[in-house]
Amino acid sequence: MIAKPRGSQSGAPAIECRAITKRFGHVLANDAVDLSVQRGSIHGVIGENGAGKSTLMAILHGFYPMDSGEIRVDGRPAAIRSSADAIALGIEMVHQHFMLVEPFTVLENIMLGAEGGALLAKGQAAARQSLARLAQDYGLVVDPDARIEDLPVGTRQRVEILKALHRGAEILILDEPTGVLTPQEADDLFRVLRALRDEGKAVILITHKLREVMAVTDHVSVMRGGRMVAHLATAETSAAELGELMIGRRPGAATRPTPATPGVELLGVADLRVRDGAGVARVRGVSFTLHAGEILGIAGVAGNGQTELLEALSGMRAPDSGTVRLRGVPLAPCDAGEMRRLGVAHVPEDRLRHGLIADFAAQETAILGYQGDPMWRQVLGLLSGRAMERHTKALMAAHDVRPGVPGLRSALFSGGNQQRLIMGRELDRAPDVLLVGQPTRGVDIGGIEAIHQRLRAWRDAGKAVLLVSVELDEILALSDRILVMFDGRIVGDLAAGAGERELGLLMAGAH
Amino acid sequence: MNRPLPRWAELVLLPVLNLVLALAVSALVVLAAGQSPRAAFDALVIGSFGSWDSIGYTLFYTTNMAFAGLAVAIAFKAGLFNIGVEGQAAIGGLGVALVCLGLDATLPALILLPLAILGGAAFGAAWGAVPGWLQARRGSHIVITTIMFNFIAAALMVYLLVNVLIEPGQMAPETRRFATGLAKLSAFGFPGRSPVNLALPLALAAALAVWVLVWRTPWGYGLRVVGANPDAANYAGIDQAKRIIVVMAISGALAAGIAVNEVLGTHQKLILNFTGGAGFTGIAVALMGRNHPLGVLLAALLFGALAQGGSELAFEMPELPRDTVVVVQGLVILFTGALGGLLRAPLSRLFPARA
Amino acid sequence: MEGVLDLIVPILAATLRVATPLILAALAGLFSERSGVVDVGLEGKMLAGAFAAAATASVTGDVWLGLGAAILASSALALLHGFACVTLRGSQVVSGMAINVLAAGLTATLALAWFRQGGQTPPLPQGARFPALPLPGAAWIAEVPVLGRLLVGVVGGHTALVYLAVLLVPVAAFVLWRTRFGLRLRACGEAPGAVDAAGVSVAKLRYAGVMIAGVLCGVAGAAISTGQGAGFSTDMTAGRGFIALAALILANWKPWPVLATCLLFGLLDAVAIRLQGVLIPGLGVAFPVQAVQALPYVLTVILLAGFVGRAVAPRAVGIPYVKER
Repeated sequence: MIAKPRGSQSGAPAIECRAITKRFGHVLANDAVDLSVQRGSIHGVIGENGAGKSTLMAILHGFYPMDSGEIRVDGRPAAIRSSADAIALGIEMVHQHFMLVEPFTVLENIMLGAEGGALLAKGQAAARQSLARLAQDYGLVVDPDARIEDLPVGTRQRVEILKALHRGAEILILDEPTGVLTPQEADDLFRVLRALRDEGKAVILITHKLREVMAVTDHVSVMRGGRMVAHLATAETSAAELGELMIGRRPGAATRPTPATPGVELLGVADLRVRDGAGVARVRGVSFTLHAGEILGIAGVAGNGQTELLEALSGMRAPDSGTVRLRGVPLAPCDAGEMRRLGVAHVPEDRLRHGLIADFAAQETAILGYQGDPMWRQVLGLLSGRAMERHTKALMAAHDVRPGVPGLRSALFSGGNQQRLIMGRELDRAPDVLLVGQPTRGVDIGGIEAIHQRLRAWRDAGKAVLLVSVELDEILALSDRILVMFDGRIVGDLAAGAGERELGLLMAGAH
Repeated sequence: MNRPLPRWAELVLLPVLNLVLALAVSALVVLAAGQSPRAAFDALVIGSFGSWDSIGYTLFYTTNMAFAGLAVAIAFKAGLFNIGVEGQAAIGGLGVALVCLGLDATLPALILLPLAILGGAAFGAAWGAVPGWLQARRGSHIVITTIMFNFIAAALMVYLLVNVLIEPGQMAPETRRFATGLAKLSAFGFPGRSPVNLALPLALAAALAVWVLVWRTPWGYGLRVVGANPDAANYAGIDQAKRIIVVMAISGALAAGIAVNEVLGTHQKLILNFTGGAGFTGIAVALMGRNHPLGVLLAALLFGALAQGGSELAFEMPELPRDTVVVVQGLVILFTGALGGLLRAPLSRLFPARA
Repeated sequence: MEGVLDLIVPILAATLRVATPLILAALAGLFSERSGVVDVGLEGKMLAGAFAAAATASVTGDVWLGLGAAILASSALALLHGFACVTLRGSQVVSGMAINVLAAGLTATLALAWFRQGGQTPPLPQGARFPALPLPGAAWIAEVPVLGRLLVGVVGGHTALVYLAVLLVPVAAFVLWRTRFGLRLRACGEAPGAVDAAGVSVAKLRYAGVMIAGVLCGVAGAAISTGQGAGFSTDMTAGRGFIALAALILANWKPWPVLATCLLFGLLDAVAIRLQGVLIPGLGVAFPVQAVQALPYVLTVILLAGFVGRAVAPRAVGIPYVKER
């Protein structure tokens, strides 16, 4: 049910989308989406992961073509087939992962693609002038001769914005801009966005953080499941209402057998801090405990540190600081192999990247991480193809992996079967602690149910499961306890049966 | 997006097609040289398999190609491009020579020869391990370092052979003859007078050993994971740095097999440039053989035949140098390696999509 | 003083002569790698160029036609490399090695087949080689004590290609750092995604980089066979393509340092030849000429290992560019 925009302004909207539809295979990423953004406004587009926000923005700035629909810029129909088309129309995007050339200076980055002539000298003078003017108008101050690699993240984002403005952006789209910023830098950003709005530009802000939406936007549109479900004026709504719209009404969770009383503490995490590969702090002091006989769900929008948390706990990434206790004993820093030996198994979030080897046969994927186990070693410690085959066949039967052919290349199994194979591999070890990330990503409905059953059975057998998922449904259906992660911290600790509203707000950082 | 080809097409059809393409283009080159491609091809085939002598020589060169191909292939399995086989083989030869020069007066052949082989392997391993260490611990690109190490090895060998190891009183930069060497196969009844020697069965044994190591041990499994998907290696707790260093050492040791064949098997003294470019041919052999020991052996036979055939070709048709076969080599590397994608697209359309 | 000059002038002159093909090849590698395409095929392209130059000059008697042929031959191989690397997104190192092997085989085969001189082209007469260009006014400059002789002997008397090579260094620096093309090219080597996001074609720029490399390698080859030498002989490049690669890396992919490293390597080569057979004073042992010859390679390894300084390659070099979807 789409609410009409309240408080409309005169004049044609800066950009207007009508019935935009985009399909990827059998996934309907955008389903007849409407959006109308006025000049001189900051318009928020919110939604969970997979709601379709990124796809819509990709279409707007020419990365994908839409399947059907209409786009009007300033009231005139526009055909956007490439990023060059979008740039020509004044539509610019500031990506989540910056498109900057690190060893170049700010000036060189700003000029790239808009050099203003074959020789740089002329364009450089013009670019310097432009930068000076932009600094004056919007407070976007940067040193033109500084090298990007020397600049902090917040300043780099400023350069991205300056690049867009230098090219004559009238409609500026920002994709999850505050994910890498400190609160201070985020405030600076909002100041700039307000200045841009006051100049008559249209700013589209894609975010899942409700606090930001309430703080800086004039209008907000909510996307859910590929559809646009609401357009509201920010002044006339609240974080609670938005949170509910974002999450939607969910069917009551199926009654679950009462969980066994949680037993001993198996995993204890205290003040864990982890940085990602680029050195950005992603886990900023996380503490929790995980007991035998429970499924602990970690809810949250992707990108709030869950990936790094799993990597640290599984031994794939060394944490900066903090302690992890396994069965009460503090763990020395160790690698993934050691964690497995200690009884911690891991079903990775990204199965294609971490969990399997595309070109290996299924029976070889089935021993990934456990290749040294005596179970498939025979004479002289050599790997026995037959033992591996037998083991994999049994695994496939037990976990319903089809086709049950151990010699088939791993890449040729469907997503659901790959996931079941990996789960089977990890569960087969009878680990005390199972770390699971996005267990049903890319899995069909039937497969999802089967995997959920497995996890419940594991818990009922007295083991512990740490479940990380961006799918709130999944968290609600499985968890005995729910932690919400936002911005690298645990912001909520709720028992099963907690209200979705509450969860939605926590996930969006509204509290 | 290309569909993956069925296994047999990937392993057999594609290399064969690449070879046919390479031969076809080579035929054009021969034509441009004003000669008959048919005559050249005949000379090649007769030259490599026409008599027992020829076959023996072919097998002799095959031995070199096999060791070189195995060396390159095992490194490729870990995702490393080892261009340094020439240098590793040369230093391996140094190891062989030092053992022989030092001990051939005191030890019987039965003990000396295995020691010499071990010495060669150790030296070759060291020359391979250093670039491996530099890649694993310092991030230095292995392609560049191995190229540099080839030249450093060449300079070192010249210096040693001219100034240090040279047999006093002679002009040629060589050592003295060793007291003994690897027996030629002709001593065991192989017909003809070719230099093919015990290094050939050694190469076959090495191929078997590589197969067992890489496909049948947990260590080898880890190696293949590192080469196929370094992220998965991290997930599986496999130590990438150690694998890289060790596999480069093994690669260098295999490269030393060329030295065993030439220095210990044929010349029985250390001479300059005994490798004869086998290290680079090894790249073609590994690429054609799809980095699998069986494929490598077959490709080695092919390139051994080309090497021997090339000599005969140069003899039969003086207008063509023996380097004409180098053109085939280069084309094989080109089609199999760089232009590999060219054939894949049309081929994948020929095969039905899998379920 | 005269005695010292007798020693220095020939060495310095030789340095410039030897460095010329290195400078040209290294600049070739510079453009290719700065655009993001690894080029280990400098050797092969140079060899092809050397043969084409000598062959054409021998047949036509015109050294400039030879230069043109050299550029064509080398560029053909460069186009192949570009096709394999940019369009097919294949392994750049394998493609480079293939070109080296292919060029070695092709030049040897065609040289023997066409000229029947054991793999060489016939010795080129005066008109078919690049003439030495004396410094204008050499006669009276030479009168100036010390400096005069240095100028005339070291700066003057080289072929046109030597001066071209040296001149190309500031030209390369200008193109890469002061033109729009250069900015975009360098961006392709560091962050092709940023170039794509700006609406500029990465593929076209990389092809441009690779083709420039082809042209420069052709000139380098011509310098070897018709500038320094008097014809082509088998494998005449003798690893110079790899020395040029080493020079490029040691120079951290920058044009003026490339000039410096190439001159250094040229100097080492010139000195090494003169030290043949000379005994180290006090030790009575023959000077290890090979140590000097191996020095360029050893220095490169040391730099790559990061023990002294750091080799900072263009970040995206060697990685085929695929649009993230």
